Amino acid sequence: MYPDDRKYSKDHEWVKLSGGEATIGITQYAQEQLGDVVYVELPEVGRAVKRGEIFGTIESVKAVSELFCPMSGEVTAVNADLSDYPEVVNSKPHDTWMITLKLGDPSEAEGLLDSAGYQASLG
Amino acid sequence: MGTSSDATDRFVRRHIGPRPADRDRMLEAVGAESLDVLIDQTIPKSIRLPRPLELPEGESEQTCVDRLRRIAAKNRCYRSYIGMGYYGCITPAVILRNVLENPSWYTPYTPYQAEIAQGRLEALLNFQTTVIDLTGMDVANASLLDEATAAAEAMAMLSRVSRGRGRRFLVSPHCFPQTRAVVAGRAEPLGFELDVADPSTATFSDDVFGVLLQYPDDSGAATDLTETIARAHAAGVLVAVATDLLALTVLKPPGEMGADVVVGNSQRFGVQPGYGGPHAAFLATRQAHIRQMPGRVIGASVDVHGAPAYRMALQTREQHIRREKATSNICTAQSLLANMAGFYAVYHGPQGLEAIGRRLHRLACVLERRLERFGCEQRNAEYFDTLRIGVGSLELAARVPDAAEAAHLNFRWFDDGDVGIALDETSTEADLDDIVAAFGKALGRDPVEAGDDAPGEEAFSDGVARQSAFLTHPVFQTHQSETEMMRYLKQLERRDIGLDTSMIPLGSCTMKLNPAAAMLPVTWPAIGDLHPFVPVDQAAGYAQIFAELESALCGITGLDAVSLQPNSGAQGELAGLMVIRAYHHHRGEDGRRVVLIPSSAHGTNPASAVMAGMQVVVVACDDAGNVDVDDLRAKAAEHGAALSALMITYPSTHGVFEEAIREICVTVHEHGGQVYMDGANMNAQVGLTSPAVIGADVCHLNLHKTFAVPHGGGGPGMGPIAVAAHLAPYLPRHPVAGPTMARGIPPVAAAPWGSASILTISYAYIRMLGADGLTDATRYAILTANYLKARLEPHFEVLYARPNGRVAHELIFDLRPFREATGIDEQDVAKRLIDYGFHAPTVSFPVPGTMMVEPTESEPLEELDRFCEALIAIRGEIQAIADGHADRQDNLLKNAPHTAAAVVSDTWSHPYSREAAAFPRPFVRAQKFWPSVGRIDNAYGDRHLICSCPPVEARGED
Ligand SMILES: Cc1ncc(COP(=O)(O)O)c(C=O)c1O
Repeated sequence: MYPDDRKYSKDHEWVKLSGGEATIGITQYAQEQLGDVVYVELPEVGRAVKRGEIFGTIESVKAVSELFCPMSGEVTAVNADLSDYPEVVNSKPHDTWMITLKLGDPSEAEGLLDSAGYQASLG
Repeated sequence: MGTSSDATDRFVRRHIGPRPADRDRMLEAVGAESLDVLIDQTIPKSIRLPRPLELPEGESEQTCVDRLRRIAAKNRCYRSYIGMGYYGCITPAVILRNVLENPSWYTPYTPYQAEIAQGRLEALLNFQTTVIDLTGMDVANASLLDEATAAAEAMAMLSRVSRGRGRRFLVSPHCFPQTRAVVAGRAEPLGFELDVADPSTATFSDDVFGVLLQYPDDSGAATDLTETIARAHAAGVLVAVATDLLALTVLKPPGEMGADVVVGNSQRFGVQPGYGGPHAAFLATRQAHIRQMPGRVIGASVDVHGAPAYRMALQTREQHIRREKATSNICTAQSLLANMAGFYAVYHGPQGLEAIGRRLHRLACVLERRLERFGCEQRNAEYFDTLRIGVGSLELAARVPDAAEAAHLNFRWFDDGDVGIALDETSTEADLDDIVAAFGKALGRDPVEAGDDAPGEEAFSDGVARQSAFLTHPVFQTHQSETEMMRYLKQLERRDIGLDTSMIPLGSCTMKLNPAAAMLPVTWPAIGDLHPFVPVDQAAGYAQIFAELESALCGITGLDAVSLQPNSGAQGELAGLMVIRAYHHHRGEDGRRVVLIPSSAHGTNPASAVMAGMQVVVVACDDAGNVDVDDLRAKAAEHGAALSALMITYPSTHGVFEEAIREICVTVHEHGGQVYMDGANMNAQVGLTSPAVIGADVCHLNLHKTFAVPHGGGGPGMGPIAVAAHLAPYLPRHPVAGPTMARGIPPVAAAPWGSASILTISYAYIRMLGADGLTDATRYAILTANYLKARLEPHFEVLYARPNGRVAHELIFDLRPFREATGIDEQDVAKRLIDYGFHAPTVSFPVPGTMMVEPTESEPLEELDRFCEALIAIRGEIQAIADGHADRQDNLLKNAPHTAAAVVSDTWSHPYSREAAAFPRPFVRAQKFWPSVGRIDNAYGDRHLICSCPPVEARGED
C-alpha cells in the first residue's frame, strides 16, 4: 500500500527524494479521510517554505485541509494538472505529485518515517 | 363571530400541533405524569423563571390583524424620491401571489438537501445569472443581507485576494452614507485603515489594497470608471463597485470597466422597500476570485442518472466548515427575496427590463429640463434616474421641504441645500407634474413656466452607455405571459419540500408554523411601501411596533434593551461582540480580545468572533457533550485580563440544558469577561427560563426560528440583540435615521431597523400567543422532542441527554455505529427519508455522522408518528444490510432518493422491489412526494463549476 521508494510525514504527506530535490504528495490515507477532492491550492514557484509551514490547501466537498511542508526548501515546480483534474489525488495519490522542492537542508529527511513506520503510525 | 375569550378562536390552538388528548398519550410514552413534571425534569430548577412572562394575554388572529391594521394606518405613505439604495417598485402580481405570499416558497429551509430543493435552486441560479449578466462579471453569490454589508464583505474579500498587500482601504465619498458607515464599522476590528477619498484623484500609497466606488453614485451621477479602475490596477489596488441592477439595464456594467468585485441591492427588482428590508443584496466577482467570495453559491452538477441538477457549491469557503477561517460569517441570507428578484428578471426578460430602465431615464430627463426652466441647476453630468438639483440659494432651498411636505413628497436633502430626486418604476408623468408643482411653489414660480415635455429618446455618452446584451439565456425569454410564468413558478415549487408538504425536523433551525395571519401585514402597502429614511413622524406605526416588540423581547430575555438592526443570527453575533468590545474599550480594557467558544458551537460563532477582531480560544466538551467546566475555568484564568467574552448556545447545540450554565457564566464574569448567548435555541427557553437568568449579558434572537418569521428557503431572517443595561449605551447607531446613542457602535446593517417589514410577523406571533401561549409553545417543543426520544431510542442511539434522560427541544441520533457495520452514513439516511416524503434532520452539525432532530411545537402527533415510522423502517433497512439480506452497495439507502423516472424505468436492476423503493410504507402512498432528481454528485459540481443558468442542451427533460 505505501511504497518503499519514499518517506512519509505524520501529516500524511509522502516525500520522494532525489539529489537535492524532493517531490511531495499526499498519502492514500489522507485522500481517504478527505473524500472527493475538488480543489488543490498550491504555492507559487520560487516561494521559500520551511518545514512544518503550510504550503497549500486541499478541499473536498465537505472538508478543507492544510498541506504542511514536510521539509524546507524552495518550490521549483507545482503540478498544474491538479487545477483541472483534482480527482487524481483520489484515484492515484501516490502517483500524484503536488510540488517539488529544492531542499534547504536534506538532513531533515531523517525526521520522516519510512513506509513501515508510517503504516504503523496509522494504527 | 367570536370574541378573544372564545376558546375556539384562540391562536394557541392553531399553533400547537398536538391536541390535548394527544398530549396525554405523548406524556405516557415519555414517562412523565404531566407536562409540568416533564419541564421540571428538563430544565434545571436553579434557572427556572421565578414568575410568568409579563406580556399581554394572547388574542385571536382576527383581533391581532385588526390591531396591526390600525397601527399600520399610523404610517403615512408619502411618495418617496429619496433613493439611496431604496426605491419604489412594482411587484408583479403573479410573483406576489405565487412566491411572496406562498408557503411553498416562504417556508422551506436553506437548500442543504438539494434533491428536494431543485425548484428554489433553479430560481437562485436565475438570480445569480441576472446579477452576473447585468454587472458584467463572471460569478455571483445567491445573496447577502444588504448592500452596505455586501460592500463590507467586498472589502474583506479584496484584502484576502490581495494576500495582505496592505491595510488601507479607500472609500469614495460618493458612496451612500449608510454604506460608508457600515464599511467603517467593519474595517476597524479587522485592522484596516479606512480613508474616505475620491479615488479618481487620490494617489494610491503602497499600503492601499482596495477601493470602493459607487456607480451611479450617491448623487445619482453615472461616470465612466474605466480610467480610475485602470489607475488603481496599475498601482496594484483592487476595486469594488457598488451599483444598481436597474441602472445597468441601460448603463455600461462595472465589469466592463474592470471592477474586481461588484455589489448592490436587488430590491428594485420587485421587492418593496419595507422600511428597510428584507431584500437580497448580491456580490459578483471574477472567476479567479470565486474561492474568496463570501456567501452561498449555487452551482450546477449532475445526479446519479447523469441528469442535470443544482446544489450549493464550494461550501468549504463557508463558516459551517471553515469556522474562524471562513470567508464570512454569513449563514441565513435573503433567498426568498433573491428568488423574487430573479423571477422579476425572468418575467420581464431583457427587453422588458431595458424598457423599464429607458422609460425611467426619459422621465428623469424630462424632470431635469422642467426644473431647469425654474432656474434650478441639475448637477449630475450624466445620470440614470436620480437628479441632484441645486435651487440657487440656501434660502430658496430652505423652502422646498415645506412645499414637499404639503404635497406629501419625500426628497433627499443634501447638506449643501441640494435636493436629490430619485425616480422609480412606479413614477409617472403625473408624478413629475406634482414634483414640478412643489418646486414651483417653493421657488415662487408658475408651473406652466416649467413646460410639459413629452419624453423623447435620450442617449448616454459612449463611456457609460450599455452596449452588451444581457439575459440571453432562454429562461429569460420564455415566461413572459402570466400563464407561462404562473406555471413556471408552480413547476419549480413542486420540486421542493416546504412546511406545506411535511415536517422539516432540522435541528437548530426551529421549523415551526409561520402563521398566515402573521404574514398578512408584510404585503400591506402601509408596511411595504415605506422608504427606510423617511422622516420618523411618517412611520409612527412602525415606531409603535418596534417599541412594543422591543419591550416584549426584553420581557422574554429578561434583558434591558434591544437593537432591531441585525438582519440575521450571525449579524446579531457580530453586533453583540462589537457591543462587548465597545464596552471593554470604554472601560479602558482594550486588551480584552479573547473569546472562549465551546467546540460544539455553530460555525458562525468563531467566524463572527474573527470579524469582531477577536481571538478564538476553543473550550472542550466532556463525554456527555457539556462544556468541560474545568477546561473553561483553566482557559478563563489563563486569559484573565485578555478575556473578552464567552459565546455559548443555551440550551446547548447538543440539545441539553446544561446543569453548569450558571457556574460557567459566573466564571467568565469573575475574570472580567462578558457572556454572549447564541439565541438559536430560544425555543426551549421562552417563558420557562431566560438569558438573563442563566447569566448572559447579550444574546441574539433568531426571529426566523423562535419567533415565526419564515425561513424563505434561506432567508430572510432577523437577528435582533438584547443586552443588559450596562451594554445598552453601545447598541448600534445609524447615520441617516433611527438610533443615535453617543457611544453606540457603528451600524451593522444598511437600514436602521434591519428588515423592518418582517418584524410585524414576530410582533403578531407574540401578540397572538401571549404570555401563556408562548410558554405553552416552549413546553410543547420540549414534549415533542422527548416524545421522539422515547419512540426512537430503542432503534437509534441518542447521543446526549441530561443525566435523567431528558433532552431539550432537539436531540441527536448517532448514526456512526452503522457506518462500519453496513457502510451506511448520515447522508444515506437523509436521502432515504426523502423516499418517505420527509426532509432530513440536520446532518453533520454539531456532531459529524449524526442527525439532529427538532420537531417544534407545531407538528401534530400524527406527523411525529409518521416520522418515527419512517425512521424505524429505515432502521430495519439498515439492519437488512447488517444481516446480509441486502447488498452493501446496491441497496435502498445508497440508491436513495428514488425518482419516478428511475422507478418506472423499463430497466430495473436493483435487488429490491420498486415498491420498496418508492412506497415503503402505506402512508407514503397517500401523499407521495417525488424528488425531481436522484442523488446529486457534489464532487462533480465542485470540479466543474457552473454558477449561472447552464446551456439548455445540458438540461434534462422534466
Ligand atoms: C446555533 C446557531 N447559531 C447561529 C446560527 C446563525 O444564525 P443565522 O443563520 O440567522 O445567521 C444558527 C443558524 O443556523 C445556529 O443554529
